[in-house]
Amino acid sequence: MALLEVEDLTVNFYTEEGVVTAADEVSYRVERGEKFGIVGESGAGKSVTSMSLMRLIEDPGRIESGEIRFKGEDILEMSETEVRELRGNEIAMIFQDAQTALNPVFTVGEQISEAIRHNLGYDDDKARERTIRLLDEVGIPEAEARYSDYPHEFSGGMQQRAVIAMALSCDPDLLIADEPTTALDVTIEAKILDQIEELAEEFDTAIQLITHDLGVIAKVCDRVMVMYAGKPVEKAAAEELFYDPKHPYTVGLMSSIPRIGDTRDRLQTIPGTMPDLVDVPTGCSFHPRCPYAEAACTRKEPKPVDPDTGMDATGTDADRAAACLAYTGDLAGELDYTVEVQGEDPRLQLGDHRE
Amino acid sequence: MSTQRGRIQISGFDTERVTEREPLSAWSEASRGTTQSRWQRAWGRFRRNRVAMIGIWTVAFMVVVTVFARPVTVAGVTIQPISLAPYDPSTILYLDPAADAGRFDPPSLTNPMGTDANGRDLLSRVMVGGRASISIGFVVVFITASFGLVYGAIAGYYGGWVDEIMMRFVDTVFAFPALVLALVIVAILGGGYWQLVAAFAFPGWATYARLIRGEILSVKQNQYVTAARALGARDRSIIFKHVVPNAVAPLIVQASLSIGTVVIGVAALGFLGLGFPPGTPEWGTMLDQTRQTLIQGPGGSIPWWATVFPGGAIFLFVMAMNMIGDGVNDALDAQQVGEAPQGGGE
Amino acid sequence: MGLRRFVLKRVLLTVPILFGVSVITFVLVNVAPGDPVDVIVAFNPDIGPAEKAQMREYYGLDQPVWAQYLRWVGNLLQGDLGEAITRNRSVNAIFMSRLPETIVLGLFGWAFAIIIAIPTGIYAAVRKDEMGDHVSRIIALSGISIPNFWLGLMLILFGALTFNLWPVLPPRKPLLHPDTLWFLLLPGITIGTASASTMMRIMRSSMAEEINKEYVTAARAKGLPERTVILKHVLRNSLISVTTVAAFLTAGIVSGSVVVEVVFSWPGLGREFVQALNARETNLILAITLFTGVALVIANLLADIVYALLDPRIRYG
Ligand SMILES: Nc1ncnc2c1ncn2[C@@H]1O[C@H](COP(=O)(O)OP(=O)(O)OP(=O)(O)O)[C@@H](O)[C@H]1O
Ligand SMILES: [Mg+2]
Repeated sequence: MALLEVEDLTVNFYTEEGVVTAADEVSYRVERGEKFGIVGESGAGKSVTSMSLMRLIEDPGRIESGEIRFKGEDILEMSETEVRELRGNEIAMIFQDAQTALNPVFTVGEQISEAIRHNLGYDDDKARERTIRLLDEVGIPEAEARYSDYPHEFSGGMQQRAVIAMALSCDPDLLIADEPTTALDVTIEAKILDQIEELAEEFDTAIQLITHDLGVIAKVCDRVMVMYAGKPVEKAAAEELFYDPKHPYTVGLMSSIPRIGDTRDRLQTIPGTMPDLVDVPTGCSFHPRCPYAEAACTRKEPKPVDPDTGMDATGTDADRAAACLAYTGDLAGELDYTVEVQGEDPRLQLGDHRE
Repeated sequence: MSTQRGRIQISGFDTERVTEREPLSAWSEASRGTTQSRWQRAWGRFRRNRVAMIGIWTVAFMVVVTVFARPVTVAGVTIQPISLAPYDPSTILYLDPAADAGRFDPPSLTNPMGTDANGRDLLSRVMVGGRASISIGFVVVFITASFGLVYGAIAGYYGGWVDEIMMRFVDTVFAFPALVLALVIVAILGGGYWQLVAAFAFPGWATYARLIRGEILSVKQNQYVTAARALGARDRSIIFKHVVPNAVAPLIVQASLSIGTVVIGVAALGFLGLGFPPGTPEWGTMLDQTRQTLIQGPGGSIPWWATVFPGGAIFLFVMAMNMIGDGVNDALDAQQVGEAPQGGGE
Repeated sequence: MGLRRFVLKRVLLTVPILFGVSVITFVLVNVAPGDPVDVIVAFNPDIGPAEKAQMREYYGLDQPVWAQYLRWVGNLLQGDLGEAITRNRSVNAIFMSRLPETIVLGLFGWAFAIIIAIPTGIYAAVRKDEMGDHVSRIIALSGISIPNFWLGLMLILFGALTFNLWPVLPPRKPLLHPDTLWFLLLPGITIGTASASTMMRIMRSSMAEEINKEYVTAARAKGLPERTVILKHVLRNSLISVTTVAAFLTAGIVSGSVVVEVVFSWPGLGREFVQALNARETNLILAITLFTGVALVIANLLADIVYALLDPRIRYG
């Protein structure tokens, strides 16, 4: 049994402008100790999907349907108390923006140790001790003195580390890292990613890493899901995704990563922007931006299928899936891109690609 | 995963195909979202606010009633001849033997709100009684908002010592509770319409000045003003073209909320016996008389109507005004429902 | 900067403001025709012009305004607020005898406001857009719309006259006697209603705004119970916005006391003020006006200190 299985998760937001489907029949799984990546442009529904795992979707949002099984139990069926037991304790989250995730009027130390006191039942002194050790572990110098600093007295990088310490404070089995490094500069980004990886290995924690940066995925993850406009459009092992991308959107994302020694004179970015989720294009929601789109794409919504066999691959078990009509024989043309691998070593360059 | 990967090169993802082909479907980025202006959107939201609309209708109704309750004459010329009120508000009914009325008659068919201590018809008095306070409310807000706008704009735009001196004066005005200053002024000038206008205008403008100055200081930081300056636009035209339109929204909110405050203030001065001569049909002044009756204990029945109706009229008007003010505030508020950042939205 | 220096600096900054207050009041009172001597003469028609001039000279009312002002400031610095001419008593004596009454009434108002506003504000924010929220919002809107003198009259009408739970006039007992405190409930509620409503609205809106912030989601993600999230994390931040309007609310309570004291015949400074205005009692008017200024300054200062205590990002200064 996988640690986490998400099946057909659908989340709607009821906004003034209309109903936004921020997660649309999302299915995936995360194994114990695994590093699972979710990638997609801003607004693709990555954070919403992650928030749903802890049932933290607030008004005007609602988890419409689906199942989220954590260690076999459906989180969506749990009582409020049961979910609270899970939060912080078994599933923890590193927030996208550390500065806003910390309460400005309490000390950083207090914010970490309150979680320890509450989840692990430690007394004040022991919680404080553990917090200081954690702060030290995530690389905050003079952790003991820094314990009673307020968030505004921390630098951006230190705030991010504090948030990581907070997430790790109660030894969770699943760590959701929501763009843990977007707010930081490249050198710190690399360091923090290393640290998350190391700590996760040390504590044998599974990671769900969210990013819109394929470079980060390449560096950290085992398996990947690509999201577009609330839908999962491709799922693959990280290795496969890079050498053999199957969905045009993934291909577009990859061709827009800048690389050292790039011979082309300009970047091939995907034209246009992701649609506002209030008004999603008919059929395949990527069709207005897809070079291979045909009339069929405007009518029929592609379901995730195995790109080799064309068989349905919607479930949580599918390791390889792409939601494109090309694999169900609905397209007249072909996806005529090629992926060349040159040279031996140079990795995908990490980092400086941002939406 | 830290296995090494070769350099990946994609070819054939030809974006020109997208930009150059005919759109496949009717969907386009521009079609989403309406490109209404801020004011149109605010108006739309205001229209949909049921509470605010009730407020609007109530205020309109009360204004119409006070205006048409008795004829209005300006400099001897009658400009409004309609008279809705059943009696002249200052006619003492029991002096007329034909009218079957006395002092403190309870509400009845002939006098739906009863009569007051002097046997005058309360309904007629309540209908006319809003003239002073309501019109003073609007006049004062107009004067104070305009003056405060100019004052605050000058202080905020020029900054430096000009700002320093101007705002110290504002601080001083703020050190008086508005009603206290109004009381002092009315005590000096005596009661009466324009005296009351002065009494509330004098402390009232400071709020607007502070508000506008604050807005201007923040708008000043904005890029476009700097840009306009670089292009050599003259100072005054910068203020009027860029800064003021932005600062006007909070001004409108403040103004709509102040009308009610002034109306209460005018009535309070009337109640303290400082606003108008005793016996004037004005909501606050009417209550002054009632208080004395209540305290002395009228013996026997309590003329509750003489307290409930005039005060209820003030309450109703101010409540409606505040409902409008709240609606305006909600409508003009920059933060939009549904876009509140949550769960990591940017 | 330490707390003591901060307070000292703030107090020094208010000196020019209080100076401005006294100048404005002095000028206003003196530009008007008529003075206390006229008032005395109006009541004693047999005082002749010679005697009038003599009285004016005696009280220094024949001197130019600026000289009178200087004299007043000089006396003030020695703690002497001057003479209440028509009352034949020193302003100090009148002031000191009325001050406790007004302060106790103001505290009643404040206490009422806080006790009502904070819990209902929290409740409305947590139940945002539900029935309870709508109801409490309508009540709060009524609270800021109701004229305090009318509210007071209605309370007398129903509480005192209809149901006989309260006396109509204040009992002739010491200030802290239970009967007096019981009587003070009605004026306390009257004076505190507007502040309670304003404060509740601010509490609700700032709380509703804070609840949407990410640190709240983060606190929930830590597994903290909702109670802790609201009463620890959100409340502390929302109280910061409430303290910023505390001074504004104090102004409301100060002006409220003028009206409410008249409504309930409460022998405080507010009622004294109205009488002083009618009698042109310059020194008493000045003293009370200056006192309202001082009260607002103190309220501001306290609010700033509380603010700094609540928000670690603020350094005194
Ligand atoms: N509180 C909310 N109210 C209304 N709509 C929301 C809310 N939160 C999210 N959404 C909608 O859900 C969509 C997905 O949001 P989400 O935060 O999951 O994006 P994301 O993929 O995490 O993007 P980013 O990379 O910017 O963090 C957004 O386009 C937005 O329209
Ligand atoms: Mg996000």
